[in-house]
Amino acid sequence: MSPSVRLQEMIRVIRSARTQGEERGVIQRECAAIRAQFRQADNGGRSHNLAKLLYVHMLGYPAHFGQMECVRLIASPRYNEKRVGYLGAMMLLDENQDASLLITNSIKNDLAHSSQYVQSLALCTLACMGSAEMCRDLAPEIDRLLRASSSYIKKKATLCAVHIVRKVPELGELFTPAARALLAEKNHGVLHGAVILITELCERNAQTLVQFREAVPELVHIMRGLVTSGYSPEHTVAGISDPFLQVRILRLLRILGRNNDTASDAMNDLLAQVATNTDSSKTAGSAVLYETVLTVMDIKSESGLRVLAVNILGRFLLNNDRNIRYISMTSLQKIVSTDHNAVQRHRGTIVDCLKDQDASVKRRALELSLALVSAINIRSMMKELLLFLSTCPPELKSHAASGIFNAAERYSPSQRWHIDTILHVLITAGADVRDETVPNLIQLITNASQLHCYTVHKLYRALVADISQQPLVQVACWCIGEYGDSLLQGDCEETEPIQVTEDDILDALETVLQSHMSSPATRGFALTATMKLSTRITENVDRIRSIVSIYGSCMDVELQQRAVEYNALFKKYDHMRAAVLEKMPVMDRSSMGQTNGESGGGGVQELEPTKPKQPEMMVAPQPASQVCDLLDLLSDPEEPSLPGGPLGPGGAPLGPAGLMSGSAGGDLLYLLGGLELTPTPTPATAPAAVTVYDKSGVVLKLSCERPLDASQTITLTATNTSDHDVSSLTLQAAVPKNVQLQMKAPSGDSLPARSSAVVTQTVLLNNPNKVSLKMRVRLSYTSQGSPFQDTVQIDSFPTPGL
Amino acid sequence: MVRYFKKIMHFLLLFSRQGRLRLQKWFTPTPEREKKKIIRDMTAMVLARKPKTCNFLHWMDLKVVYKRYASLFFCLAIDDQENELLALEILHRYVELLDKYFGNVCELDIIFNFEKAYFILDEFLIGGEVQETSKQTVARCIEASDMLQEVKHTHTLAHMLIL
Repeated sequence: MSPSVRLQEMIRVIRSARTQGEERGVIQRECAAIRAQFRQADNGGRSHNLAKLLYVHMLGYPAHFGQMECVRLIASPRYNEKRVGYLGAMMLLDENQDASLLITNSIKNDLAHSSQYVQSLALCTLACMGSAEMCRDLAPEIDRLLRASSSYIKKKATLCAVHIVRKVPELGELFTPAARALLAEKNHGVLHGAVILITELCERNAQTLVQFREAVPELVHIMRGLVTSGYSPEHTVAGISDPFLQVRILRLLRILGRNNDTASDAMNDLLAQVATNTDSSKTAGSAVLYETVLTVMDIKSESGLRVLAVNILGRFLLNNDRNIRYISMTSLQKIVSTDHNAVQRHRGTIVDCLKDQDASVKRRALELSLALVSAINIRSMMKELLLFLSTCPPELKSHAASGIFNAAERYSPSQRWHIDTILHVLITAGADVRDETVPNLIQLITNASQLHCYTVHKLYRALVADISQQPLVQVACWCIGEYGDSLLQGDCEETEPIQVTEDDILDALETVLQSHMSSPATRGFALTATMKLSTRITENVDRIRSIVSIYGSCMDVELQQRAVEYNALFKKYDHMRAAVLEKMPVMDRSSMGQTNGESGGGGVQELEPTKPKQPEMMVAPQPASQVCDLLDLLSDPEEPSLPGGPLGPGGAPLGPAGLMSGSAGGDLLYLLGGLELTPTPTPATAPAAVTVYDKSGVVLKLSCERPLDASQTITLTATNTSDHDVSSLTLQAAVPKNVQLQMKAPSGDSLPARSSAVVTQTVLLNNPNKVSLKMRVRLSYTSQGSPFQDTVQIDSFPTPGL
Repeated sequence: MVRYFKKIMHFLLLFSRQGRLRLQKWFTPTPEREKKKIIRDMTAMVLARKPKTCNFLHWMDLKVVYKRYASLFFCLAIDDQENELLALEILHRYVELLDKYFGNVCELDIIFNFEKAYFILDEFLIGGEVQETSKQTVARCIEASDMLQEVKHTHTLAHMLIL
């Protein structure tokens, strides 16, 4: 019985299992047997047992217990065992497994084996799963094999070197000399490997790249030989001489010619020759041409050559083979920005590809078409794109829609065309457009004021026809609400006249409100539009009133809120209704896209994004209008507070603060705390503030407003830098005899923690006798429940302006 | 997916129309679990393709080139920068080699002789690159290796069929 029948027998048995469970049973039994066999001594069937295990592994079952067996088999002197052992190593071991290190020695020995087939096994395995350590270990061996061995071994050693360089880039230097020498080889296999090795070395090391630029003439010569050679049974594929080697050489030339004029010049003629002479009727030729095109576009080629390359791509577009059409478009996509005009010449073919059967080709054609849209061809391109949109696969609709919008925005010949285009997209692919389309379109419409009539007519018609496309319905509702009066007028110069009654409009809006197809946002639009119409129509205001009140008990909270507010507008603020609901001003682009976190409660709120600007626009020109009152609730919290903030504690009017009079001993401590009711502006910062007291986090600063002369104003600013709030702060001041002191009301008496607010108090001093000015200040406050008191003497006063 | 280094080919899979794996060759070290996931994803994606579509797919950051030969799908994942048309040629060359070896190769040949399919592949590709561009040379090497298997001791073959 031939040994391998056992393997095939097992495979047959496994395949004949009728259920997954049965298969698992068979495999479990086999694996048990295999494990038992592994434990036994050498019985001549080891390779077959491992092969069985490898089959089982391919079916997806665990086979890790075979790893050590691989190691053992690799070390066997028998070729058939080595072969399966190495195969197992490549399948079960990778550099992350510990066992892989164990085969390093075997590989080393086998690299020097007398049989080249054994050497071959070792080379193949090393190149497949060699770890960085193994690579470092065995690199010298590989280098030796690169130089002196048969072509059979050299070609494998070269690719092994490629793997080593990828794993351990520093070792590239080791292989560079040998790589250079290998270019002289005649054997295609070796040459192919050599080109790959050189490519790898050049990509990793700039100096090596410079060095190998000198090899360009040699490479050109080899390539020319391939292109002009006749048929060779060994290497010709579909009329092309060794396309694999040609492509690799072209790739290397690309890397060498990039950003280098000399190298690019040296290869210019060759590339032209390849481009013109290669037959592209089969894939092999097309592969070579494709690589040539990529190379031409990447190096510093002459413009004539570039045009030739783009034309090749254009020819590819007409090829019957859809693969070739596809890659032609990917390449055109890459160069459309740099060689725009050249690609434009093929626009017709590209647009035709929009109708291709293949979805990938369609996608590429769409991207390319969008890239080719320009001011000149916008009308014709848009026709094609809109046609595409109506028939394209659903996964491309969203991309197509946004591409169309972008193109329309950049190149639209007129506002009406722009609006028409957007409407067309909304009608065809409304469900797939992005969210910001709605506010964008609305902004566009408001800007085209002469087209309001036309727009609202068109939208009304679209709305009546179909209420399922949410973005369209939203825009339509908004427009009807805004420009409903134009709609009622009936005649519009740009479209056919249509008689629309107020009831018709309200019917349409109510249909939207009630339809299950409408999203909550859409219903919001519809409700607000209905409300707006109350100022634009004359007869059916009651109907609007009733609609609004019905929705006051709607389950949707947003709608309910709106309805309640609109109701309030009817009932309590009817005098304001006209102003609140008047036409929106033209929005500018910058206000779009802002989302307002606070929704306030204003009934004027139409669209979230426009809200921040609206109160400002209304408040600024008409600060005293009624509208302002309603909107004041939403006003900017950063508006400067009114002068005169809250009055200090104990605002009992006293007469002007008592002046110091008399004296009691030399002590200057006459305490006065004068309080006045007249609010004075308390400047937030005083010029030239000096810190006069700083204890327990409470900081007191002093600043003077006028130079030290007879009378001046001093400002005391208290801050609390501690982590605990300070309350009931009072400041008392005493000054020398003959100086008059007047303390104004402090701005407050509490200092929140961490300096989040300050307390300021103005002190007026009158020093007619110009005595040396001193001041004693007593602070009293409560912090953490306990009272504190402290005194500070100020002997020198800061001069303002310093 | 962790990419250790840029490579031309990342993996080669052969699977049947029912999604059963017939051959897997990985050119980058990949954990077992990830291999299984990739196989599942690939099979699902390729089997879902309609007949009149091109042979190229995008998956993650790789290009996947696939072609159906009889009842088997040949699927090669290449780097994004690579030449897809050449990848098609590589697949085709491998099929030709199998065909030459087995004589009118069919899926069953590859099932029952999977290790031979690997040996042939290893004479055609090494480390994710084409090692030999001549069909005849590869075929000769396989034949010679096969004959070696029949012989009991390797040291007598050192001088045999050196190419």
